[in-house]
Amino acid sequence: MRKSTLFCAAAAAAISSGWAMADPDDDELVINGEIEIVTEAPAPEHVENLDTIYSGWRFRTDETQALEMDDFDNPAMVLVDKAVDAYGMPDGTEAKSCASCHDDVETFTGLAATLPKVGEDGKLHTIEDLINTCRTERMGAEPWKWSGEPMQTMAALIVSQSRGLPVNVSFDGPARSFWEQGKEMYYTRYGQLELSCANCHEDSFGLMIRADHLSQGQTNDFPVYRLKQAKLISKHNRFKGCIRDTRAETFAEGSDEFRALELYVATRGNGLSIEGPGVRQ
Amino acid sequence: MRLSIFLAATFLVGAAATAEEIAPGDVVFEDGAVAQSLSGQPGDPENGKVLMDKGAGNCIACHSVTALSDLDFHGEIGPLLDGAGERWTEAELRGIVANAKMMFPESMMPSFYRITGFIRPGDAYTGKTIDPAAIAPLLSAQEVEDVVAYLVTLKD
Repeated sequence: MRKSTLFCAAAAAAISSGWAMADPDDDELVINGEIEIVTEAPAPEHVENLDTIYSGWRFRTDETQALEMDDFDNPAMVLVDKAVDAYGMPDGTEAKSCASCHDDVETFTGLAATLPKVGEDGKLHTIEDLINTCRTERMGAEPWKWSGEPMQTMAALIVSQSRGLPVNVSFDGPARSFWEQGKEMYYTRYGQLELSCANCHEDSFGLMIRADHLSQGQTNDFPVYRLKQAKLISKHNRFKGCIRDTRAETFAEGSDEFRALELYVATRGNGLSIEGPGVRQ
Repeated sequence: MRLSIFLAATFLVGAAATAEEIAPGDVVFEDGAVAQSLSGQPGDPENGKVLMDKGAGNCIACHSVTALSDLDFHGEIGPLLDGAGERWTEAELRGIVANAKMMFPESMMPSFYRITGFIRPGDAYTGKTIDPAAIAPLLSAQEVEDVVAYLVTLKD
């Protein structure tokens, strides 16, 4: 249930006027005819203002949805194939590849469903952090740019090992303060337009803003192949774009603020399946 | 045609600058309504209609308006504006466009004639910071009047 009275007023107006209401559809997502994806789940207790959480896939058109249902149609999978090559390619002063330490990429099964998480250093680590730590500390290689193609394709390869597993990101213990920071950001109305994440993705999901059908802004599909940009997009890149579009001074990709927001948003999806790399409009 | 409307609007704004324009910080709200024209001039409903779809007005990004159904992609996160001119007085409409939060404190609607009180304000849509002293209202005083003049024509 959305508690906003604004929403109620908007919904009543939309229904009475005959403008198309567009809540999530009822389609079911099975990838390659075998990986069953949970796209709808009871909202976790800590997501106070929602009853049900939905994958963004449920808000997309049938045409866009179909692209994610078969790896031969998913434009991200061509890029993942490139990452398979990079995985075995030695790099850096140590002349090591990912495979030198990690063997088969399948050993990463389950990892993405728990990220981001706090490491032994007390810092919050995203998948990009883990990849770059390996590159700089184990391989003696240059770090990859946060949202560049090598980083996001490798992230997609690792995430895809967890497809179908439930998002289960922890926010107790040392993660708690990061989670609180992220939650505060989620409800902060940034910029001259004074819009928070919640204004669109909690209060107004299912409704149209201009030509966009608002989803809940879940992140279980990231990295995501965004058709309008024709490339894999990082979570931080979307955060940055959304906050920029409130006429705000945005935050940087790879900033501590976005790590915290990433954690909070990820926990709002606990119970959905990992489906990255997803395909969106 | 749009160009001539634009030129007319520019002329009006230019004229308004010499009239008694009310600065964003000086607007007097009474129960969320604003009685006086912000520009000291009447609004131009034709330019208001243009602003419904364009520029910093962009009202139909969030609101649907049946009278504008020739335009694509009306949003639905704000209330339908059909009949707004019957439900609200001109003063109320002016107050809502200038700063809807005066009437509806929780409103998601941006404040179109306000220049202070923002969190991390940016330089338009660049994502970069802005000197708070350089923040301009989303709509000029005359543009608010033009939008209001259009909204009062929405009678059913």
